[in-house]
Amino acid sequence: MLRAMDLTLSPSEEEFRDEVRTWLQENHPGPEPEAGLDEIMVFRREWQLKLHEAGWAGISWPKEYGGRGATMIEQAIFAAEATRQEAPAPANVLGLAMGGPVVIAHGTDEQKARYLEPILTGEEIWCQGFSEPESGSDLASLKTRAVKDGDEWVVTGQKVWTTFAQYAKWCMLVARTDPDAPKHQGLTYFLMDMEQEGVQTRPLVQITGEGEFNEVFFEEARVPDENVVGGVGNGWAVAITTLMNERAGLAFGAISQIQNSLGRLGKLVRETPANGGTAADDSYFRQRIAQLHIEVETMRLNAYRGLTKTMQSGIPGPEGSLGKWQWADINQDLTELALEIEGAYSLLARGSEHAVAGGAWQYGFLRSRANSIEGGTTDILKNIIAERVLGLPRLR
Amino acid sequence: MYFDLTDEQQAIRSTAHDFLASRFKSERLREIAASEDGFDESGWKEMAELGWAGLALPEEWGGQGLGIVDLAVLFEEMGYVCAPSPLLSNTIAGLALAFAGSEEQKERWLRPLAAGELRGAPALFDAGAPAEPNKFALAAEGDGDGVVLNGEKTLVMDAASADFFLVATADGHRHVVEKAAEGVTVTSEQSIDLTRRVSSVRLDGVRVAPENTLPGSTQDYWPVFQRACVAIAAESTGVAQRALDMSVAYAKDRQQFGRPIGAYQAVSHRCAQMLLETENSRSAVYGAAWAADSEPESLPLAASTAKAYSSDAGWRVPDAAIQVHGGIGFTWEHDLHFFLKRGRANAASFGDAKWHRERVADAVLAGDSVPAAS
Repeated sequence: MLRAMDLTLSPSEEEFRDEVRTWLQENHPGPEPEAGLDEIMVFRREWQLKLHEAGWAGISWPKEYGGRGATMIEQAIFAAEATRQEAPAPANVLGLAMGGPVVIAHGTDEQKARYLEPILTGEEIWCQGFSEPESGSDLASLKTRAVKDGDEWVVTGQKVWTTFAQYAKWCMLVARTDPDAPKHQGLTYFLMDMEQEGVQTRPLVQITGEGEFNEVFFEEARVPDENVVGGVGNGWAVAITTLMNERAGLAFGAISQIQNSLGRLGKLVRETPANGGTAADDSYFRQRIAQLHIEVETMRLNAYRGLTKTMQSGIPGPEGSLGKWQWADINQDLTELALEIEGAYSLLARGSEHAVAGGAWQYGFLRSRANSIEGGTTDILKNIIAERVLGLPRLR
Repeated sequence: MYFDLTDEQQAIRSTAHDFLASRFKSERLREIAASEDGFDESGWKEMAELGWAGLALPEEWGGQGLGIVDLAVLFEEMGYVCAPSPLLSNTIAGLALAFAGSEEQKERWLRPLAAGELRGAPALFDAGAPAEPNKFALAAEGDGDGVVLNGEKTLVMDAASADFFLVATADGHRHVVEKAAEGVTVTSEQSIDLTRRVSSVRLDGVRVAPENTLPGSTQDYWPVFQRACVAIAAESTGVAQRALDMSVAYAKDRQQFGRPIGAYQAVSHRCAQMLLETENSRSAVYGAAWAADSEPESLPLAASTAKAYSSDAGWRVPDAAIQVHGGIGFTWEHDLHFFLKRGRANAASFGDAKWHRERVADAVLAGDSVPAAS
């Protein structure tokens, strides 16, 4: 390798960044409406269509499937820039990040022709039916059954933490098709039509008071044979691809998001009166803020190292787990610190006249409690690192 | 964007790794640690032959002219074996001469230093005064022909094996003072780190001829200080990596309750935390090393980021390693304590974590600027 270390963007990468930056500046629809989730989803659908028309929706997807075929560094640049400008999320975030890539990797030609375009346009929203009430981190123990009936499967069981199930047309469903096989081998990956009588969704209210997540109940719901992805009994391997995609896509957007939050935290600490000056003069707060900046910087540099490695080897390694873990720690620490800076005012939430910054940090504090749980708990990530990076023995 | 070493840098790493592994086996490390001056003359000669004394010093003055990334690679490996060597102090003295010395001074002092024939060491902190980077109390008293120095410098690394010191004075200047000069008395201090000795250097009416005062002033030494921070942060990263490797090997091997202890999450999660801190430290170090070579305007913040992070990781990871090892890790017989002590000594040198975090706070809380886009 003759290339020397270079932490700047190459001229062509810079050109790409400028293109992204300009397009976003010219097309940014403004902040999301302060309304219920239904209105927000309408807004996000419009935004996604705009993204798609300009070729940004399926940025990582190959060109032949309607994507942009961007390199990993370009994907990173796009995610970082979109988050920096606080562009809204597209409506079909799970379809774009997981559903499409799975169909592209494991789907039949018919499936590709049927599903990919409506994912890109946002016409059909996707959700993910993996976790169950008794199968969280131990996903492979899931119990939702799919029983063969002619050229269909009959599905009975329950899923949980199903984001946007109430808007979804398709569910990426992992169900047990062979109860006698070892737990990782008896699973099959289906695309389940959510618009049928055997499927009921019920929103789960989170500690923030919102309802992003749902419980989904399947009572003899029907899936045709042609909606199996990757073959009967192969569900675990197919599901793992989607989880890998989830992690690889998130890192750079996540770093940008934390950098935005740090900018706001800096504003908060400089604007909070304390001891005749501001909280920004307080050594304790200065030390804590500096430490957060230092950790975000190590996270950003780790992600660059990981990206270089992935570009060399072609596959993201288990080291990606470090970034997700660190992101959760930093986000939680950051929002905790914001409440400390606010002092007694930190108990005033959204809707209070005297809430600081409109109660944004109270919401952030509560929402970030999920960061070390969603998308792989920190505890499980530590197991993955211990076993797959350090080679320590398994307890199981 | 490309964040990895070149083939040449990989070659420096593997040469250094192999040489240092064979040169500083545990028994030899202990011999040197127990010796009177803590100096390994034959090891120094071999390092000089490998070109390490002048690795990141200008080719014009006999150095290898390599960058700070290459220097970081070398010091990471030095830390990995807790190398007892004056290479760090010598490198910093060399950088100071390169940044702030005159042509004549470079010819006289830098050239032999880069060749490993003369060893230099910075003598910065004044005994009894707060040890703050680049703030010194010693007066440079003029007497018409050069200056006279009266005072005591302390925390001087590797003074026992140095041939000359670069003595810092309150006016922002540094002066070359030979150890053999009249009025210089070196007294060993008892450092917690037996593999890197520190001494006090008394200066009683030491005369410095005008040609031995470096023309550079305070602002010329900040770039030297920042590069020193990167080198010592790299060393602490190597220290952390070694403590992690020892712990993982031990956790796989040591059986309790019928299983290797590494199968228990109380132990394996501790090891995962050690990996996180080691990798973060490494990323911060190479980010700063790259800045030193390619984007000097971002070096001050990057160096403080690296030194603050590695100051903590450099001793916390060996500390966690002792817990993983249990009782055996607390014994003198086990090597871990050398790494804990080096990490702890490094944490306190060249600005501790708190000092560097304050620099970071200064930079990030200065204005209304939103963090730059990547």
